[in-house]
Amino acid sequence: MEWFLANSEQVFSLAAQHLVLAILPMVFGVLIAVPLAQVARQNRGLRSVVLTASSLLYTIPSLALFIILPTVLGTRILDPVNVVVALTIYAVALLVRATLDAFDSVDEDLRQAAVAMGFKPFARFLQIDLPLSLPVLFAGLRVVSVSNISLVSVAALLGIGNLGMLFTSGLQRDFVTEVVVGIIAILILALLMDAVLVLLERLLTPWTRAAGSSTASGADSGAGQEKTGPAAAALRLSDAQTSGGAS
Amino acid sequence: MSSVVTETIAWLTDPANWSGSAGIPVRLAEHLLYTGLVMVIATAIAVPIGLYVGHTGRGRVAAVAVAGALRALPTLGLLTLFVLLAGIGLMPPIWALVILTVPPLLAGTYAGIASVDRNVVDAARAMGMTELQVLFRAEFPNALPVMYGGFRTGVLQAIATVSVVAYINLGGLGRYLFDGLVLSDFPQMLGGSLLIAGLAIAVDLVLALIQRLFLSQGASTQPNRSQQAAVDLTDPVPAGTAVQGGTS
Repeated sequence: MEWFLANSEQVFSLAAQHLVLAILPMVFGVLIAVPLAQVARQNRGLRSVVLTASSLLYTIPSLALFIILPTVLGTRILDPVNVVVALTIYAVALLVRATLDAFDSVDEDLRQAAVAMGFKPFARFLQIDLPLSLPVLFAGLRVVSVSNISLVSVAALLGIGNLGMLFTSGLQRDFVTEVVVGIIAILILALLMDAVLVLLERLLTPWTRAAGSSTASGADSGAGQEKTGPAAAALRLSDAQTSGGAS
Repeated sequence: MSSVVTETIAWLTDPANWSGSAGIPVRLAEHLLYTGLVMVIATAIAVPIGLYVGHTGRGRVAAVAVAGALRALPTLGLLTLFVLLAGIGLMPPIWALVILTVPPLLAGTYAGIASVDRNVVDAARAMGMTELQVLFRAEFPNALPVMYGGFRTGVLQAIATVSVVAYINLGGLGRYLFDGLVLSDFPQMLGGSLLIAGLAIAVDLVLALIQRLFLSQGASTQPNRSQQAAVDLTDPVPAGTAVQGGTS
Protein backbone atom coordinates (compact mmCIF):
# COMPACT_ATOMS: atom_id res chain seq x y z
CA MET A 1 0.00 0.00 0.00
CA GLU A 2 2.79 2.38 0.90
CA TRP A 3 4.58 1.47 -2.29
CA PHE A 4 1.41 2.10 -4.25
CA LEU A 5 0.89 5.53 -2.66
CA ALA A 6 4.50 6.46 -3.35
CA ASN A 7 4.29 5.32 -6.95
CA SER A 8 0.63 5.98 -7.71
CA GLU A 9 1.49 8.44 -10.44
CA GLN A 10 3.50 5.83 -12.33
CA VAL A 11 0.80 3.18 -11.82
CA PHE A 12 -1.88 5.50 -13.16
CA SER A 13 0.10 6.44 -16.23
CA LEU A 14 0.81 2.74 -16.94
CA ALA A 15 -2.90 2.04 -16.44
CA ALA A 16 -3.76 4.74 -18.96
CA GLN A 17 -1.40 3.22 -21.53
CA HIS A 18 -2.86 -0.18 -20.72
CA LEU A 19 -6.41 1.05 -21.31
CA VAL A 20 -5.57 2.63 -24.65
CA LEU A 21 -3.91 -0.58 -25.84
CA ALA A 22 -6.96 -2.60 -24.75
CA ILE A 23 -9.76 -0.29 -25.97
CA LEU A 24 -8.48 0.64 -29.44
CA PRO A 25 -8.58 -2.99 -30.66
CA MET A 26 -12.17 -3.29 -29.43
CA VAL A 27 -13.24 -0.23 -31.45
CA PHE A 28 -11.39 -1.39 -34.57
CA GLY A 29 -12.69 -4.91 -33.98
CA VAL A 30 -16.32 -3.80 -34.09
CA LEU A 31 -15.73 -1.54 -37.10
CA ILE A 32 -14.21 -4.42 -39.07
CA ALA A 33 -16.19 -7.40 -37.79
CA VAL A 34 -19.73 -6.07 -38.32
CA PRO A 35 -19.39 -5.15 -42.04
CA LEU A 36 -17.36 -8.33 -42.60
CA ALA A 37 -20.09 -10.45 -41.04
CA GLN A 38 -22.73 -8.68 -43.11
CA VAL A 39 -20.82 -9.35 -46.34
CA ALA A 40 -19.98 -12.93 -45.34
CA ARG A 41 -23.62 -13.63 -44.59
CA GLN A 42 -24.60 -13.06 -48.19
CA ASN A 43 -21.85 -15.17 -49.69
CA ARG A 44 -21.49 -18.84 -48.73
CA GLY A 45 -17.94 -19.22 -49.99
CA LEU A 46 -16.73 -16.08 -48.30
CA ARG A 47 -18.49 -17.15 -45.14
CA SER A 48 -16.55 -20.35 -44.74
CA VAL A 49 -13.30 -18.58 -45.65
CA VAL A 50 -13.96 -15.92 -42.98
CA LEU A 51 -14.88 -18.49 -40.33
CA THR A 52 -11.86 -20.70 -41.05
CA ALA A 53 -9.45 -17.79 -41.19
CA SER A 54 -10.77 -16.29 -37.97
CA SER A 55 -10.48 -19.53 -36.01
CA LEU A 56 -7.00 -20.08 -37.45
CA LEU A 57 -5.81 -16.60 -36.46
CA TYR A 58 -7.39 -16.98 -33.05
CA THR A 59 -5.23 -20.05 -32.32
CA ILE A 60 -1.96 -18.13 -32.77
CA PRO A 61 -0.59 -17.31 -29.31
CA SER A 62 -0.38 -13.57 -28.58
CA LEU A 63 3.34 -13.45 -27.77
CA ALA A 64 4.16 -15.08 -31.11
CA LEU A 65 1.83 -12.71 -32.96
CA PHE A 66 3.44 -9.66 -31.30
CA ILE A 67 6.73 -10.77 -32.84
CA ILE A 68 5.47 -11.94 -36.24
CA LEU A 69 3.51 -8.74 -36.94
CA PRO A 70 6.47 -6.32 -37.17
CA THR A 71 7.79 -8.33 -40.12
CA VAL A 72 4.41 -8.24 -41.84
CA LEU A 73 3.69 -4.60 -41.08
CA GLY A 74 7.22 -3.29 -41.35
CA THR A 75 7.04 -1.75 -37.87
CA ARG A 76 9.66 -1.83 -35.14
CA ILE A 77 9.34 -4.56 -32.51
CA LEU A 78 8.73 -2.01 -29.74
CA ASP A 79 5.96 -0.27 -31.65
CA PRO A 80 2.65 -0.35 -29.72
CA VAL A 81 0.94 -0.59 -33.11
CA ASN A 82 1.86 -4.29 -33.15
CA VAL A 83 -0.11 -4.86 -29.96
CA VAL A 84 -3.12 -2.94 -31.26
CA VAL A 85 -3.11 -4.86 -34.56
CA ALA A 86 -2.64 -8.24 -32.85
CA LEU A 87 -5.47 -7.65 -30.40
CA THR A 88 -7.66 -6.28 -33.21
CA ILE A 89 -7.13 -9.55 -35.08
CA TYR A 90 -8.31 -11.52 -32.04
CA ALA A 91 -11.25 -9.17 -31.55
CA VAL A 92 -12.33 -9.49 -35.19
CA ALA A 93 -11.94 -13.27 -35.08
CA LEU A 94 -14.20 -13.54 -32.06
CA LEU A 95 -16.73 -10.87 -33.01
CA VAL A 96 -17.21 -11.94 -36.64
CA ARG A 97 -18.37 -15.37 -35.49
CA ALA A 98 -20.66 -13.93 -32.83
CA THR A 99 -22.10 -11.34 -35.23
CA LEU A 100 -22.75 -13.95 -37.92
CA ASP A 101 -24.60 -16.08 -35.38
CA ALA A 102 -26.56 -13.03 -34.29
CA PHE A 103 -27.52 -12.09 -37.85
CA ASP A 104 -28.52 -15.68 -38.54
CA SER A 105 -30.85 -15.75 -35.60
CA VAL A 106 -32.74 -12.58 -36.51
CA ASP A 107 -36.31 -13.69 -37.04
CA GLU A 108 -36.97 -14.25 -40.76
CA ASP A 109 -40.53 -12.94 -40.31
CA LEU A 110 -39.14 -9.67 -38.99
CA ARG A 111 -36.83 -9.34 -41.95
CA GLN A 112 -39.62 -10.00 -44.42
CA ALA A 113 -41.88 -7.59 -42.58
CA ALA A 114 -39.19 -4.94 -42.96
CA VAL A 115 -38.92 -5.66 -46.69
CA ALA A 116 -42.70 -5.44 -47.01
CA MET A 117 -42.66 -2.10 -45.19
CA GLY A 118 -40.28 -0.80 -47.84
CA PHE A 119 -36.95 -0.90 -46.00
CA LYS A 120 -34.03 -0.73 -48.43
CA PRO A 121 -31.25 -3.29 -47.76
CA PHE A 122 -28.93 -0.80 -46.07
CA ALA A 123 -31.68 0.70 -43.91
CA ARG A 124 -32.81 -2.80 -43.00
CA PHE A 125 -29.28 -3.68 -41.92
CA LEU A 126 -28.95 -0.52 -39.81
CA GLN A 127 -32.43 -0.52 -38.29
CA ILE A 128 -33.35 -4.19 -38.02
CA ASP A 129 -30.39 -6.58 -38.17
CA LEU A 130 -27.83 -4.49 -36.35
CA PRO A 131 -29.93 -3.43 -33.33
CA LEU A 132 -31.22 -6.97 -32.90
CA SER A 133 -27.73 -8.39 -32.87
CA LEU A 134 -26.46 -5.89 -30.30
CA PRO A 135 -26.94 -8.18 -27.28
CA VAL A 136 -24.79 -10.87 -28.90
CA LEU A 137 -22.26 -8.30 -30.06
CA PHE A 138 -21.96 -6.96 -26.52
CA ALA A 139 -21.61 -10.45 -25.07
CA GLY A 140 -18.70 -10.93 -27.48
CA LEU A 141 -17.26 -7.53 -26.62
CA ARG A 142 -17.26 -8.36 -22.92
CA VAL A 143 -15.20 -11.48 -23.62
CA VAL A 144 -12.85 -9.47 -25.84
CA SER A 145 -12.47 -6.79 -23.17
CA VAL A 146 -11.48 -9.23 -20.42
CA SER A 147 -9.02 -11.11 -22.61
CA ASN A 148 -7.54 -7.92 -24.10
CA ILE A 149 -6.81 -6.44 -20.72
CA SER A 150 -5.03 -9.62 -19.68
CA LEU A 151 -3.17 -10.02 -23.00
CA VAL A 152 -1.88 -6.44 -23.12
CA SER A 153 0.29 -7.22 -20.09
CA VAL A 154 2.15 -9.88 -22.11
CA ALA A 155 3.44 -7.10 -24.38
CA ALA A 156 5.44 -5.80 -21.42
CA LEU A 157 7.81 -8.74 -21.94
CA LEU A 158 8.93 -7.05 -25.14
CA GLY A 159 9.24 -3.69 -23.40
CA ILE A 160 5.99 -2.06 -24.53
CA GLY A 161 4.67 0.17 -21.75
CA ASN A 162 1.60 -0.93 -19.75
CA LEU A 163 0.70 -2.35 -16.35
CA GLY A 164 2.54 -5.56 -17.25
CA MET A 165 5.74 -3.57 -16.63
CA LEU A 166 4.97 -3.92 -12.92
CA PHE A 167 5.30 -7.71 -13.32
CA THR A 168 8.60 -7.66 -15.20
CA SER A 169 10.19 -5.09 -12.92
CA GLY A 170 8.74 -6.79 -9.83
CA LEU A 171 10.32 -10.06 -10.93
CA GLN A 172 13.68 -8.48 -11.68
CA ARG A 173 13.78 -6.68 -8.34
CA ASP A 174 12.29 -9.62 -6.42
CA PHE A 175 9.54 -7.30 -5.17
CA VAL A 176 6.19 -9.03 -4.58
CA THR A 177 4.23 -5.89 -3.71
CA GLU A 178 4.72 -4.45 -7.17
CA VAL A 179 3.40 -7.64 -8.79
CA VAL A 180 0.38 -7.73 -6.48
CA VAL A 181 -0.40 -4.07 -7.21
CA GLY A 182 -0.21 -4.90 -10.93
CA ILE A 183 -2.60 -7.84 -10.64
CA ILE A 184 -5.10 -5.82 -8.59
CA ALA A 185 -4.88 -2.86 -10.97
CA ILE A 186 -5.55 -5.13 -13.96
CA LEU A 187 -8.49 -6.81 -12.23
CA ILE A 188 -9.96 -3.38 -11.42
CA LEU A 189 -9.53 -2.29 -15.04
CA ALA A 190 -11.25 -5.46 -16.25
CA LEU A 191 -14.16 -4.93 -13.85
CA LEU A 192 -14.51 -1.26 -14.81
CA MET A 193 -14.50 -2.05 -18.53
CA ASP A 194 -17.09 -4.76 -18.02
CA ALA A 195 -19.32 -2.36 -16.08
CA VAL A 196 -19.00 0.27 -18.82
CA LEU A 197 -19.94 -2.28 -21.48
CA VAL A 198 -22.97 -3.48 -19.51
CA LEU A 199 -24.09 0.13 -19.07
CA LEU A 200 -23.56 0.92 -22.75
CA GLU A 201 -25.56 -2.14 -23.75
CA ARG A 202 -28.46 -1.10 -21.51
CA LEU A 203 -28.44 2.35 -23.08
CA LEU A 204 -28.36 1.02 -26.63
CA THR A 205 -30.93 -1.75 -26.23
CA PRO A 206 -33.76 -0.23 -24.18
CA TRP A 207 -36.25 -2.77 -25.56
CA THR A 208 -34.66 -5.70 -23.75
CA ARG A 209 -35.74 -4.18 -20.45
CA ALA A 210 -39.22 -3.39 -21.76
CA ALA A 211 -39.60 -7.06 -22.69
CA GLY A 212 -41.34 -8.08 -19.48
CA SER A 213 -44.03 -5.42 -19.64
CA SER A 214 -44.54 -5.34 -23.39
CA THR A 215 -45.03 -9.07 -23.81
CA ALA A 216 -47.96 -8.87 -21.43
CA SER A 217 -49.62 -6.04 -23.32
CA GLY A 218 -48.29 -7.18 -26.66
CA ALA A 219 -51.63 -8.26 -28.09
CA ASP A 220 -53.39 -5.07 -27.04
CA SER A 221 -52.11 -2.65 -29.62
CA GLY A 222 -50.25 -2.67 -32.88
CA ALA A 223 -47.40 -0.63 -31.41
CA GLY A 224 -47.08 -3.02 -28.50
CA GLN A 225 -46.92 -5.97 -30.81
CA GLU A 226 -44.21 -4.37 -32.86
CA LYS A 227 -42.10 -4.19 -29.75
CA THR A 228 -42.71 -7.76 -28.71
CA GLY A 229 -41.06 -9.24 -31.78
CA PRO A 230 -37.66 -7.61 -31.49
CA ALA A 231 -37.67 -7.91 -27.71
CA ALA A 232 -38.38 -11.61 -27.84
CA ALA A 233 -35.77 -12.09 -30.55
CA ALA A 234 -33.18 -10.17 -28.56
CA LEU A 235 -33.93 -12.24 -25.49
CA ARG A 236 -33.51 -15.40 -27.52
CA LEU A 237 -30.21 -14.09 -28.83
CA SER A 238 -28.87 -13.34 -25.39
CA ASP A 239 -29.93 -16.81 -24.24
CA ALA A 240 -28.19 -18.36 -27.20
CA GLN A 241 -25.04 -16.43 -26.43
CA THR A 242 -24.88 -17.36 -22.76
CA SER A 243 -24.93 -21.04 -23.61
CA GLY A 244 -22.55 -20.57 -26.53
CA GLY A 245 -20.18 -18.37 -24.58
CA ALA A 246 -19.98 -20.81 -21.71
CA SER A 247 -18.87 -23.71 -23.86
CA MET B 1 12.26 -6.88 -44.53
CA SER B 2 13.11 -9.53 -47.05
CA SER B 3 16.51 -9.96 -45.40
CA VAL B 4 14.71 -10.72 -42.12
CA VAL B 5 12.66 -13.35 -43.90
CA THR B 6 15.67 -15.02 -45.53
CA GLU B 7 17.61 -14.89 -42.25
CA THR B 8 14.67 -16.45 -40.45
CA ILE B 9 14.43 -19.20 -43.03
CA ALA B 10 18.17 -19.70 -42.63
CA TRP B 11 17.72 -19.93 -38.84
CA LEU B 12 14.85 -22.38 -39.16
CA THR B 13 16.73 -24.61 -41.59
CA ASP B 14 20.14 -24.43 -39.90
CA PRO B 15 20.96 -28.01 -38.83
CA ALA B 16 22.72 -26.61 -35.74
CA ASN B 17 19.33 -25.45 -34.47
CA TRP B 18 17.85 -28.91 -34.83
CA SER B 19 20.17 -30.77 -32.45
CA GLY B 20 21.50 -30.50 -28.92
CA SER B 21 19.79 -29.55 -25.66
CA ALA B 22 18.71 -26.16 -27.03
CA GLY B 23 17.65 -27.60 -30.38
CA ILE B 24 14.17 -27.25 -31.79
CA PRO B 25 13.11 -30.89 -31.15
CA VAL B 26 14.08 -30.63 -27.46
CA ARG B 27 12.34 -27.27 -27.04
CA LEU B 28 9.27 -28.64 -28.80
CA ALA B 29 9.25 -31.69 -26.50
CA GLU B 30 9.58 -29.41 -23.45
CA HIS B 31 6.72 -27.26 -24.71
CA LEU B 32 4.47 -30.29 -25.18
CA LEU B 33 5.56 -31.78 -21.84
CA TYR B 34 4.66 -28.62 -19.89
CA THR B 35 1.37 -28.36 -21.77
CA GLY B 36 0.58 -32.01 -21.05
CA LEU B 37 1.44 -31.67 -17.37
CA VAL B 38 -0.76 -28.59 -17.04
CA MET B 39 -3.65 -30.30 -18.81
CA VAL B 40 -3.45 -33.44 -16.63
CA ILE B 41 -3.49 -31.45 -13.38
CA ALA B 42 -6.12 -28.95 -14.57
CA THR B 43 -8.39 -31.75 -15.85
CA ALA B 44 -8.04 -33.62 -12.57
CA ILE B 45 -9.21 -30.49 -10.73
CA ALA B 46 -11.80 -29.01 -13.09
CA VAL B 47 -13.68 -32.06 -14.37
CA PRO B 48 -14.74 -33.53 -11.00
CA ILE B 49 -15.86 -30.09 -9.77
CA GLY B 50 -17.66 -29.42 -13.06
CA LEU B 51 -19.39 -32.81 -12.95
CA TYR B 52 -20.48 -32.22 -9.35
CA VAL B 53 -21.76 -28.70 -10.01
CA GLY B 54 -23.41 -29.68 -13.29
CA HIS B 55 -25.11 -32.75 -11.84
CA THR B 56 -26.32 -31.38 -8.52
CA GLY B 57 -26.71 -27.72 -9.53
CA ARG B 58 -25.10 -26.91 -6.18
CA GLY B 59 -22.51 -24.15 -6.11
CA ARG B 60 -23.41 -23.10 -9.65
CA VAL B 61 -23.20 -19.38 -8.90
CA ALA B 62 -19.90 -19.81 -7.05
CA ALA B 63 -18.38 -21.90 -9.86
CA VAL B 64 -19.38 -19.41 -12.56
CA ALA B 65 -18.11 -16.48 -10.49
CA VAL B 66 -14.79 -18.16 -9.71
CA ALA B 67 -14.29 -19.21 -13.34
CA GLY B 68 -15.06 -15.66 -14.51
CA ALA B 69 -12.73 -14.04 -12.00
CA LEU B 70 -9.90 -16.45 -12.85
CA ARG B 71 -10.32 -15.59 -16.52
CA ALA B 72 -9.65 -11.92 -15.80
CA LEU B 73 -6.38 -12.70 -13.98
CA PRO B 74 -3.39 -11.58 -16.05
CA THR B 75 -1.24 -14.54 -17.10
CA LEU B 76 2.05 -12.77 -16.66
CA GLY B 77 1.12 -11.37 -13.24
CA LEU B 78 0.18 -14.77 -11.90
CA LEU B 79 3.38 -16.32 -13.25
CA THR B 80 5.65 -13.71 -11.71
CA LEU B 81 3.76 -13.82 -8.43
CA PHE B 82 4.12 -17.60 -8.15
CA VAL B 83 7.78 -17.49 -9.00
CA LEU B 84 8.47 -14.74 -6.48
CA LEU B 85 6.55 -16.54 -3.73
CA ALA B 86 7.57 -20.14 -4.45
CA GLY B 87 10.91 -19.77 -6.15
CA ILE B 88 12.25 -20.82 -9.52
CA GLY B 89 11.68 -24.39 -10.58
CA LEU B 90 9.32 -26.44 -12.66
CA MET B 91 6.27 -26.46 -10.42
CA PRO B 92 5.53 -22.79 -9.51
CA PRO B 93 4.91 -21.75 -13.14
CA ILE B 94 3.04 -24.98 -13.78
CA TRP B 95 0.65 -24.21 -10.90
CA ALA B 96 0.11 -20.72 -12.27
CA LEU B 97 -0.73 -22.25 -15.66
CA VAL B 98 -3.10 -24.73 -14.01
CA ILE B 99 -5.02 -21.85 -12.41
CA LEU B 100 -5.37 -20.23 -15.83
CA THR B 101 -6.44 -23.45 -17.56
CA VAL B 102 -9.07 -24.50 -15.02
CA PRO B 103 -11.74 -21.91 -16.06
CA PRO B 104 -12.38 -23.12 -19.65
CA LEU B 105 -12.36 -26.76 -18.51
CA LEU B 106 -14.67 -26.06 -15.60
CA ALA B 107 -17.05 -23.96 -17.73
CA GLY B 108 -17.10 -26.61 -20.47
CA THR B 109 -17.78 -29.48 -18.07
CA TYR B 110 -20.40 -27.63 -16.13
CA ALA B 111 -22.15 -26.24 -19.21
CA GLY B 112 -21.97 -29.65 -20.91
CA ILE B 113 -23.67 -31.47 -18.05
CA ALA B 114 -26.20 -28.67 -17.54
CA SER B 115 -27.11 -28.68 -21.26
CA VAL B 116 -28.12 -32.35 -21.30
CA ASP B 117 -31.82 -32.70 -22.04
CA ARG B 118 -33.68 -33.02 -18.72
CA ASN B 119 -35.87 -35.72 -20.28
CA VAL B 120 -32.79 -37.89 -20.77
CA VAL B 121 -31.80 -37.46 -17.14
CA ASP B 122 -35.31 -38.11 -15.85
CA ALA B 123 -35.66 -41.17 -18.07
CA ALA B 124 -32.34 -42.54 -16.85
CA ARG B 125 -33.44 -42.02 -13.26
CA ALA B 126 -36.82 -43.59 -13.95
CA MET B 127 -35.09 -46.68 -15.29
CA GLY B 128 -33.66 -47.15 -11.81
CA MET B 129 -30.14 -45.86 -12.38
CA THR B 130 -28.31 -44.69 -9.29
CA GLU B 131 -27.16 -41.07 -9.23
CA LEU B 132 -23.65 -42.10 -10.26
CA GLN B 133 -25.00 -44.15 -13.14
CA VAL B 134 -27.16 -41.22 -14.24
CA LEU B 135 -24.07 -39.04 -14.21
CA PHE B 136 -21.67 -41.39 -15.98
CA ARG B 137 -23.97 -43.30 -18.31
CA ALA B 138 -26.52 -40.66 -19.30
CA GLU B 139 -25.19 -37.16 -18.61
CA PHE B 140 -21.48 -37.65 -19.26
CA PRO B 141 -21.75 -39.19 -22.76
CA ASN B 142 -24.24 -36.54 -23.83
CA ALA B 143 -22.13 -33.73 -22.41
CA LEU B 144 -18.92 -34.96 -24.00
CA PRO B 145 -18.96 -32.72 -27.12
CA VAL B 146 -19.35 -29.53 -25.06
CA MET B 147 -16.80 -30.74 -22.51
CA TYR B 148 -14.38 -31.47 -25.32
CA GLY B 149 -14.85 -27.92 -26.61
CA GLY B 150 -13.72 -26.61 -23.22
CA PHE B 151 -10.76 -29.00 -23.29
CA ARG B 152 -9.70 -27.73 -26.72
CA THR B 153 -9.81 -24.13 -25.55
CA GLY B 154 -7.81 -25.13 -22.49
CA VAL B 155 -5.09 -26.89 -24.52
CA LEU B 156 -4.63 -23.91 -26.85
CA GLN B 157 -4.52 -21.53 -23.92
CA ALA B 158 -1.91 -23.73 -22.23
CA ILE B 159 0.25 -23.83 -25.37
CA ALA B 160 0.08 -20.03 -25.61
CA THR B 161 0.88 -19.51 -21.96
CA VAL B 162 3.71 -22.03 -21.90
CA SER B 163 5.56 -19.79 -24.37
CA VAL B 164 5.51 -17.06 -21.71
CA VAL B 165 6.98 -19.45 -19.14
CA ALA B 166 10.37 -19.28 -20.88
CA TYR B 167 10.64 -15.77 -19.45
CA ILE B 168 11.10 -17.41 -16.07
CA ASN B 169 14.06 -19.67 -16.80
CA LEU B 170 12.10 -22.64 -18.09
CA GLY B 171 12.44 -24.21 -21.51
CA GLY B 172 9.92 -24.60 -24.26
CA LEU B 173 9.75 -22.85 -27.61
CA GLY B 174 9.35 -19.49 -25.88
CA ARG B 175 13.08 -19.64 -25.05
CA TYR B 176 13.91 -18.59 -28.61
CA LEU B 177 11.81 -15.42 -28.20
CA PHE B 178 13.51 -14.29 -25.01
CA ASP B 179 17.02 -15.42 -25.96
CA GLY B 180 16.56 -13.61 -29.27
CA LEU B 181 15.28 -10.51 -27.47
CA VAL B 182 18.34 -10.36 -25.22
CA LEU B 183 20.71 -10.90 -28.14
CA SER B 184 18.74 -8.61 -30.49
CA ASP B 185 18.64 -11.65 -32.74
CA PHE B 186 15.38 -10.96 -34.55
CA PRO B 187 15.47 -13.97 -36.92
CA GLN B 188 15.65 -16.26 -33.88
CA MET B 189 12.66 -14.49 -32.30
CA LEU B 190 10.65 -14.67 -35.51
CA GLY B 191 11.63 -18.31 -36.08
CA GLY B 192 10.54 -19.21 -32.55
CA SER B 193 7.27 -17.32 -32.98
CA LEU B 194 6.52 -19.13 -36.22
CA LEU B 195 7.22 -22.46 -34.52
CA ILE B 196 4.84 -21.59 -31.67
CA ALA B 197 2.12 -20.45 -34.08
CA GLY B 198 2.62 -23.60 -36.16
CA LEU B 199 2.46 -25.81 -33.08
CA ALA B 200 -0.79 -24.17 -31.91
CA ILE B 201 -2.42 -24.55 -35.31
CA ALA B 202 -1.22 -28.16 -35.71
CA VAL B 203 -2.46 -29.16 -32.26
CA ASP B 204 -5.82 -27.50 -32.90
CA LEU B 205 -6.17 -29.39 -36.18
CA VAL B 206 -5.36 -32.70 -34.46
CA LEU B 207 -7.90 -31.96 -31.73
CA ALA B 208 -10.50 -31.06 -34.36
CA LEU B 209 -9.77 -34.30 -36.20
CA ILE B 210 -10.19 -36.31 -32.99
CA GLN B 211 -13.51 -34.57 -32.41
CA ARG B 212 -14.69 -35.38 -35.92
CA LEU B 213 -13.59 -39.01 -35.72
CA PHE B 214 -14.71 -39.93 -32.24
CA LEU B 215 -17.17 -37.38 -30.94
CA SER B 216 -19.39 -36.51 -33.88
CA GLN B 217 -22.57 -37.74 -32.21
CA GLY B 218 -23.12 -34.47 -30.42
CA ALA B 219 -26.50 -34.76 -28.78
CA SER B 220 -26.31 -31.46 -26.95
CA THR B 221 -25.36 -29.41 -30.00
CA GLN B 222 -28.22 -30.77 -32.08
CA PRO B 223 -31.62 -30.37 -30.46
CA ASN B 224 -33.31 -32.86 -32.79
CA ARG B 225 -30.86 -35.54 -31.87
CA SER B 226 -31.27 -35.03 -28.15
CA GLN B 227 -35.01 -35.34 -28.52
CA GLN B 228 -34.38 -38.50 -30.46
CA ALA B 229 -32.19 -39.75 -27.63
CA ALA B 230 -34.92 -38.98 -25.13
CA VAL B 231 -37.41 -40.99 -27.16
CA ASP B 232 -34.93 -43.83 -27.36
CA LEU B 233 -34.43 -43.81 -23.62
CA THR B 234 -38.13 -44.05 -22.82
CA ASP B 235 -38.18 -47.26 -24.81
CA PRO B 236 -36.26 -49.71 -22.62
CA VAL B 237 -34.69 -51.90 -25.28
CA PRO B 238 -32.78 -49.37 -27.42
CA ALA B 239 -32.11 -47.36 -24.26
CA GLY B 240 -29.48 -49.78 -23.03
CA THR B 241 -27.67 -49.76 -26.34
CA ALA B 242 -27.91 -46.00 -26.68
CA VAL B 243 -26.49 -45.34 -23.24
CA GLN B 244 -23.77 -47.97 -23.43
CA GLY B 245 -22.89 -47.00 -26.95
CA GLY B 246 -22.36 -43.47 -25.75
CA THR B 247 -20.05 -44.48 -22.94
CA SER B 248 -17.56 -46.30 -25.09
